[in-house]
Amino acid sequence: MRFDTSPAPHVIAGYTVPRVMFQVLLALAPAGIAHVALFGPGLLLQLSVACVTALLAEAAALRWRGRDAAPALRDGSVLVTAFLLAFSIPPLLPWWLGALGTALAVLLGKHVFGGLGQNPFNPAMVGYAILLVAFPAEMTRWPVPMDVDGTRTWSELARMSFAGFCGADLAARWDGYTGATALDSIRNGLGLRYTLPELLARGDIAGTFGARGFAWINLAALAGGLYLVSRRIVRWHIPVAVLGGLLVPSFIAHGLDPGIALGPTLQAFSGATMLTAFFIATDPVSAATSDRGRLWYGAGIGLIAWIIRTWGGYPDGCAFAVLLMNLAVPFIDRYTVPRIYGRQP
Amino acid sequence: MAARSRFPAGLALDTHKQQACGTPIVELALPAQVVLALDQGTGYGAEPVVAVGAAVAMGTLVARTDHPFASALHAPLAGTVVAIETRAAAVAGGRSVCIVIAGDGSDRVDDGVTPVPDADALSPDELAQRLRAAGIAGLGGAGFPTATKLASARDRRAQTLLLNGAECEPWICCDDALMRSAADDVVLGALILRRAAGAVRCVIAIEDDKPAAIAAVTGAIGRRRDDALTLEVIPAVYPQGAERQLVTTVTGVEVPSGGLPADAGVICQNVATAAAVARWATSGEPLLSRVVTVTGSGVERPCNVRAPIGTPLAALIAASGGYRGTPLRLIAGGSMTGRALPSDEVGLTKAMNCVFVATRDDIGARLGAVELPCIRCGDCASVCPAGLLPQQLHRAALADAHDALRDLGVRDCIDCGLCDYVCPSQIPLADRFRDAKRRLDEAAATAQKAADARQRHELHMRRLQEAATAEHRAFEDVRRRVRQPGDDPTDGAD
Repeated sequence: MRFDTSPAPHVIAGYTVPRVMFQVLLALAPAGIAHVALFGPGLLLQLSVACVTALLAEAAALRWRGRDAAPALRDGSVLVTAFLLAFSIPPLLPWWLGALGTALAVLLGKHVFGGLGQNPFNPAMVGYAILLVAFPAEMTRWPVPMDVDGTRTWSELARMSFAGFCGADLAARWDGYTGATALDSIRNGLGLRYTLPELLARGDIAGTFGARGFAWINLAALAGGLYLVSRRIVRWHIPVAVLGGLLVPSFIAHGLDPGIALGPTLQAFSGATMLTAFFIATDPVSAATSDRGRLWYGAGIGLIAWIIRTWGGYPDGCAFAVLLMNLAVPFIDRYTVPRIYGRQP
Repeated sequence: MAARSRFPAGLALDTHKQQACGTPIVELALPAQVVLALDQGTGYGAEPVVAVGAAVAMGTLVARTDHPFASALHAPLAGTVVAIETRAAAVAGGRSVCIVIAGDGSDRVDDGVTPVPDADALSPDELAQRLRAAGIAGLGGAGFPTATKLASARDRRAQTLLLNGAECEPWICCDDALMRSAADDVVLGALILRRAAGAVRCVIAIEDDKPAAIAAVTGAIGRRRDDALTLEVIPAVYPQGAERQLVTTVTGVEVPSGGLPADAGVICQNVATAAAVARWATSGEPLLSRVVTVTGSGVERPCNVRAPIGTPLAALIAASGGYRGTPLRLIAGGSMTGRALPSDEVGLTKAMNCVFVATRDDIGARLGAVELPCIRCGDCASVCPAGLLPQQLHRAALADAHDALRDLGVRDCIDCGLCDYVCPSQIPLADRFRDAKRRLDEAAATAQKAADARQRHELHMRRLQEAATAEHRAFEDVRRRVRQPGDDPTDGAD
């Protein structure tokens, strides 16, 4: 009998890129539910426009590059980019801004470098950063979350989200229903010479353990992230390092000056902390490669985010922290090559 | 014992060993014909010492060698040499010159096969020579001549003989079966090898997923009462049985990059090799047969078979009840590092520990694999037992960047296939690295050739120069003689 003579190994684990990507999308579900429950259905609108735009942009880019689009559309990576961007932008954003950000993420963030696996920057953060710099007013206007004021109903949030999505002037009809995020409010308050305990005592900024609204999203993202770590889709190094890089300095600063420095709990459960630690910074393509390199990379993101939150011009800073550390990846990789078995250190 | 340190990473795989391991070793009836490849898997062949038509008995030397990487071959059955020709073989390149012997059904034994009267009285050197003459080679999968390894261990004064009973590769369980049924042979062979290697202690290492083998070997060791002979139960993780990784698990010392286990004070031998040594010591029988696992979803009754070297694989498969379903690949070895063979007419080699007949059930995922770009997930690095960064190596391999390949340690890759196994982009990394190593070898060979050519040219020019100088000097001599006043007949005539 004759047989085929393909090279070893003859078996593979069969854990493919599409499966990895869809696990990531699945792990975002809890955060998505929390998001929709607290801020209305805007996220779903943003998700739909981001996914459609991302798939179209991916297909167009591959066509222009003369590649077969089918496998790339099936691998799910572009949907992860779309999801991460949709989670990062305000749910009230007019649809064309979401579409613009997504198209820029896929085209400028990914395909100009050669597509999947080649991009030095996290594509979703490229799109987010461009939108934030170019449209600061739209990008910092969020609905006041459900857990701040019990008199507002979810259906009101839904109508407002739809209006915002369609580009209506929200100030005319929905004044008071929109506002800055918790981190933004704290920033502004501290700028007006309030102390942090005074601001927190107001109750509309922070709840029991974190920022209003965002605390629950962060908690849900943490749960989804832990699922990814438990399935070994995400290894622990980057999330732990990001949280360490952010929380250790904030613990020290809060200890030194509790009047103005945000404590670690508030830092951990506000803004995009958990999303960044478990979903954004862990994008393998734009992260450092070795375990040791990933610890440095994650710690750098956490630290830069803390610096921007504390002294920078933006309330959150996770996106810029990720992009800056993306820049540092070749340098980190160069100096964190693991010792090869049998070689001197 | 040194502090335990582990080799980097590794992975616990589905072992698929229960398929073949439940039943005792089957003794194969003598096949009608054997096909002995002169190259038994190391890439170096022996020289035939018989001609077509020669009558041979069991144990007659049919091919000898002086090459340290080749091993002598003996007729595993009595009969006639019917062909010496190039045939498909289970070796690199897929073909080797083979000696084909047709059996005559008798059990005539060569006169030279006599029990070794007292192996203990032989010096280590004599022992090694006798083992070389008996054609004993590593039965763990490499087929490397045992005597050559013993010599390098003595040169480097290795103190520890490490007997490898890890058998970490999926599907293979012939060592397990052998240890369970012939633990005393394994221990006897280990003691002979320990002396031949000049080692002071012997450690037998077995993975913890083989409790029956562990119990049998523990019993055999107990009967010996030798303090310098111990059993080490090690975790079942792939590739625990790879030589360097095993050395580290057992001794806590790393084998230097580019070096041999002997550089870390250890010589490794397979448990099956030890059993073959014991067989030689008790009966004088050279290496004529081995135990081989015949398994996979493509055979009717997976089992372990003791079969003569050279037995056509078709005969082994017939002994296991024949093919079942649609066999797609015939693999010599296990699922991770086994070599896919083109045909079942090839003969069993000394190095072949497993015949894995794979169907779609066994290798379907690999067959359906679609290669995607690397997403730098690093899963490959997190399992690499050599501590390499396969994703970086892959970039270097695609770019054919030789310096980067060397710096990133492509030579330290042990070809275990784990990076390939876990890669979510389904990139055939192991094969890319094999290819890169081959290109490095070729480049080194080309550079060597160029250096040789340059040197030859320079020497040639120097010789021409010397010849010209010599000629010139001779001419000058003649001229000087011609001009010398006393010698010149015309001189003084004026």
